[in-house]
Amino acid sequence: MRIHLLSFMLIAWVAFCSPAQAAAKIEHWQTPQGSRVYYVHTEGLPMVDIQVAFDAGSARDGSRFGLSALTSALLDTGAGQWNADQIAQRFESVGAQFGANISNDMASASLRTLTDKPLFDKALETMQVILTSPSFNEADFQREKSRTLAGLKQQEESPGELASIAFYKALYGDHPYGHPAPGSIATVSGIEVADLRSFYQKYYVAANAMVVIVGDLSRQQAEQTAEKLVGGLQTGQKPEPLPEVALPVKAGLQHIEFPSSQTHVLVGMPGTYRKDPDYFNLYVGNHILGGGALVSKLFNEVREKRGLAYSASSSFAPMFRKGPFAISLQTRNDQTGQALDVVNKTLADFIAQGPTEAELSAAKKNITGGFAMRFDTNKKLASYVSMIGFYEMPLDYLDTFQPYVEKVTTASIKDAFKRRVDPQLMQTITVGGSAKKSEK
Amino acid sequence: MNKQLLCAALLWLPVFASSAETKVSEHVLGNGLKVLVKEDHRSPIAVSQVWYKVGSSYEPGGITGISHMLEHMMFKGTDKHAPGEFSRIIAENGGEENAFTGTDYTAYFQTMEASRLAVSFELEADRMRNLHLLPDELKKELQVVTEERRMRTDDNPQAKMQEHFNAMAYSNSPYKNPIIGWPSDIENYKVEDLQAWYQRWYAPNNATLVVVGDVQPKAVFALAEKYFASLKPSELKAIKPQTEVEQLGVRKMTVKLPAKLPYLLMGYQAPVLKTAEQESEAYALEVLAGVLDGGSSARLESGLVRGKQIAVSVGASYGLHSRLSEVFTLEATPAEGKTVWDLESALKDEIAKLQINLIDNDELQRIKAQVLAKAVYERDSGFYQAMQLGMLETVGLGWKKVDEYVDKVNQVTAEQVRDVARKYLIEDKLSVAYLEPLPITGHITETKTEKGVR
Repeated sequence: MRIHLLSFMLIAWVAFCSPAQAAAKIEHWQTPQGSRVYYVHTEGLPMVDIQVAFDAGSARDGSRFGLSALTSALLDTGAGQWNADQIAQRFESVGAQFGANISNDMASASLRTLTDKPLFDKALETMQVILTSPSFNEADFQREKSRTLAGLKQQEESPGELASIAFYKALYGDHPYGHPAPGSIATVSGIEVADLRSFYQKYYVAANAMVVIVGDLSRQQAEQTAEKLVGGLQTGQKPEPLPEVALPVKAGLQHIEFPSSQTHVLVGMPGTYRKDPDYFNLYVGNHILGGGALVSKLFNEVREKRGLAYSASSSFAPMFRKGPFAISLQTRNDQTGQALDVVNKTLADFIAQGPTEAELSAAKKNITGGFAMRFDTNKKLASYVSMIGFYEMPLDYLDTFQPYVEKVTTASIKDAFKRRVDPQLMQTITVGGSAKKSEK
Repeated sequence: MNKQLLCAALLWLPVFASSAETKVSEHVLGNGLKVLVKEDHRSPIAVSQVWYKVGSSYEPGGITGISHMLEHMMFKGTDKHAPGEFSRIIAENGGEENAFTGTDYTAYFQTMEASRLAVSFELEADRMRNLHLLPDELKKELQVVTEERRMRTDDNPQAKMQEHFNAMAYSNSPYKNPIIGWPSDIENYKVEDLQAWYQRWYAPNNATLVVVGDVQPKAVFALAEKYFASLKPSELKAIKPQTEVEQLGVRKMTVKLPAKLPYLLMGYQAPVLKTAEQESEAYALEVLAGVLDGGSSARLESGLVRGKQIAVSVGASYGLHSRLSEVFTLEATPAEGKTVWDLESALKDEIAKLQINLIDNDELQRIKAQVLAKAVYERDSGFYQAMQLGMLETVGLGWKKVDEYVDKVNQVTAEQVRDVARKYLIEDKLSVAYLEPLPITGHITETKTEKGVR
């Protein structure tokens, strides 16, 4: 997708890029309380990226959709003796950047800081107090809840957001992956601060914690850092694994009428998970189908040949359980039918015929030739290490990545897609103005 | 506030700042192409960017957005390469690539293993002078750009309001036009328009080539000579200044759109580094933006989101590195039960405080600490470093300004911040826009469970 930016946005354009020579050397150990630690030493810049993550994403919401997100949002609004202002001042006075985020699977707190000792110590101490003694004050809770509700209301003005919510519901139904991470207006309205406290007590515990450290700290410093961050957590226990995902029983088609000039289209089904033996076949196959940025079958058919959309792509999002396989595009309302025909035909042909040898060879060259760029910055490397640690992937994941890609054949891709991507089960969501309307 | 830590920070940071000095090598080819190289050997990667001095602020009426349209067409083939082949070759070499257009520049980039730099140079040199602008390709790509506009602007209430706001806040400055172009202009581009735009601006003497990564400057210069030296320069005509006229009083508008939440935009006409009477004013405005919105401890989030709880989100932005004067912008979404007028008045109170009282030393030091730390974090990204060099060179400030930034921000005083607030953040320079939500009709869900595919 060709980027198009306003000049002032540039300043905020966050770093995507640079360290790690060969694939990174990940060191791994456990703290006495049982938290897993993953550490990579990088040199050249006096900075470090630290993440503490818990199996406490939105999939752990139970019936209170939005609970994980609100718990995470409250963390830096009060902790120990400090209020939100004091916490923010402590980080920002040393130039540190703190954030708390959640995904379906994971809740995490992240810190980027300089490693100069007085600066580092102040940032680290602040993070430690946030993780071990969050206040969950009623007043902060009410404010953050109101902000969440405003955000949920605002989602309803975005056809893309509405499509995504309907898509997850269609794929996962009542499975914990089926609801949106921020929850819904109805569920969030019912959440109380006591719910956050019990969520925190159950999930933000040492046995359920992982620490990632990437940057210019010695092994000894990394050990002390991890111990300091999670040593004060209750030991607790790991939660039960999430239930398996049941596949939809038949294909579905859902249209949401919306007064937009474009229709947002999502087509997909539950796809692959992190330790899937089919992962590399599906990954490389999808790269050819719709994963490559400016070169893929879908991009070519939808955009390059027909000019139907600005972006047209497909992706697998592997999670603890089967994350979504999704094809997405946006097109002028009256072209929706045509675009869907192109998508479905491209997908059906790919499943039936698999890729050509030439396509596979080009994809392998792209993936392996650009391999070093996947972790050429501390930021990108830290996110790989986090994935490896959280899903307990082999520590040599990055070293074996290219050999696994090389092993994939046209036949193995075809076979995997046939078994795993079934047009008879595909869920299709369209959000936009109906074709008839826009023709008037 | 822990004084000891603050002191330690301040003692330490200048030392770092000097050790962080960017080493950039510069070489100008005989045809005028400027080449900038910065070594970063942490990874076996190089990013290569070609920056052209042309963007939406160069465009006359009737063809707004043509720089962006041309950016799309630059992937559509040359004498040597068929449409799409550029991207295919880069992909086969493991590269990532894309392009972007701003008000003051159009830039193209590839990131690849450093040993493959020649692949990118060969292709970029080729499309700098030998582009094919084919009517059939234009026809398709026009649809793509129209879809892009729908996605980014037409179906996004806040983006659409921003577009209308810019058209009001600027009178005669070309910044009044959207980068992507007005719809009727996009509809009516002709191949000849694009051809003329390409001929006029795509030449080695109107471009800067920036390479950051695991490279040696001498080798990069030699490679640039090999691929770019034969390209003919153009005779470049200077563009007209289009200096914004002085605003004579507050401007206000209401934008009515289907939306769920109201939204407020306020902007004060303000100089930038390039247009300020004194450069220090631009750096003081930069610090002022930090006082308001430099993190969660800054005044807007602390005072309006948490303190008074009248906003669910609020922000301030100012970019000092543009070619022409900008507007210093404030934006906010009201909390439940509050209005855009409550927000407007609260934001004006915050401005008034800045005009009356000097900011605290702690506050000023906090902004500076963040700027200094960010200068380190930015070096994690070769791409970002290349962006800074390319952008500053292209807007006419010169890449050396990158090195000055941290020092100049460090020199800003509380008095200077107060003075720019008094001089520029005043009612007569203000534009305000209110988003008035209209009901979103439709929203009916139909579900069909029969087979949804062919």
